[in-house]
Amino acid sequence: MHPARKQRLILVIFLVVFSSAAVGFITYAMRNNMDYFYAPSAFAAGEVPFDKRIRAGGCVLPGSVKRAPDSLDVRFAITDGKAELQVVFDKILPDLFAEGEAAVVTGRLLQDGTLRADQVLAKHDENYTPPEVAESMHDKASCAGGAKI
Amino acid sequence: MEVFLAWQWFHRLGSPRWFYQKTGAWLPWLALASAVLLATGAVWGLGFAPEDAKQGNSYRIIYIHVPAAFLALAGYYIMAVGGAIGLIWKMKLSFAVMRAAAPIGAVLTFIALFTGALWGKPTWGTYWVWDARITSMLILLFLYIGVIALGRAFAREQVADKACALLALVGTVNIPIIYKSVDWWFTLHQPATIRLTKASSIDPSMFYPLLTMIAGFYCFYAWTLIAHTRVLLLQREWRTQWVREALVEEK
Repeated sequence: MHPARKQRLILVIFLVVFSSAAVGFITYAMRNNMDYFYAPSAFAAGEVPFDKRIRAGGCVLPGSVKRAPDSLDVRFAITDGKAELQVVFDKILPDLFAEGEAAVVTGRLLQDGTLRADQVLAKHDENYTPPEVAESMHDKASCAGGAKI
Repeated sequence: MEVFLAWQWFHRLGSPRWFYQKTGAWLPWLALASAVLLATGAVWGLGFAPEDAKQGNSYRIIYIHVPAAFLALAGYYIMAVGGAIGLIWKMKLSFAVMRAAAPIGAVLTFIALFTGALWGKPTWGTYWVWDARITSMLILLFLYIGVIALGRAFAREQVADKACALLALVGTVNIPIIYKSVDWWFTLHQPATIRLTKASSIDPSMFYPLLTMIAGFYCFYAWTLIAHTRVLLLQREWRTQWVREALVEEK
């Protein structure tokens, strides 16, 4: 290869490698801020700040959803397989919210460790199946398999 | 001798005139292939593929969303590699391909973001969140727009080409970040459905129309990229003899 071209090739490689490294270091330094939500085990370990609006994500524990008979109030637990977090919410849940499916909740921690959510989002998974196939698998709501978060 | 011939081929490929003459015949075929594949995939995916057990019919936006996102990412590499070859070998054609790829990539990225927002509302419950996948995809849109804007900011085409190539190359770091963001961090966006290393988590009856749409988007991308590159070459080389000859011929 012509020396001048070789030099420019090295320059291009240098540019890509070092700009990638720079961005890599920045994202590594900011890794705690790159997550969209905290896992329930982070709450249990006390890594989550109080008195701040925070997000938590996890699988809605089957059997934990309790609805009030006379209002929209709902209480449920989310889990990442290691710890559980109690959530209370008083608005309409998204259509895809279901036991055994992941959800992302935003709100404030109460003194008793419950999270009072002002927003609940359903986090659907990457699986797509026709209804008949899903029925034949007898897919019972479960949080097994990496807790689906 | 062999090496010499290979380089000769490479340099001929880099000649705008050779490219213009060679690719003219490809365009109708690429247009036909993309029309057939996109029509087949759309009718198959929207009309005949079964609905999803959980999401119902709303999942069908995947047939636009995923192919557009695929090509938005792949197209960025085409743009960046075009810039790199242009910088190293001072190849005019390569820079033209890079500049032609920018607006196409920007539109595809916008389509991916827009269809994603439309999909998010009925499934997640929101149009937009600032999670790692969606934010890095928005940065991709800004990178594409940055390359377009930078290209127009200089009076001299050679300077503009170099500036665009540098920005495109620096921006390549974003592509693996977009791709891996759903695995590296907690995001609202679900992980990838189509994986090269393991079985895809989509039923075959829904997967084949999706593959058809992806193939259609690839053909459509190739078609628009070549057509746009040809226009840019005519604009850039209008003083040369071959452009005059080519235009007279086409009349």
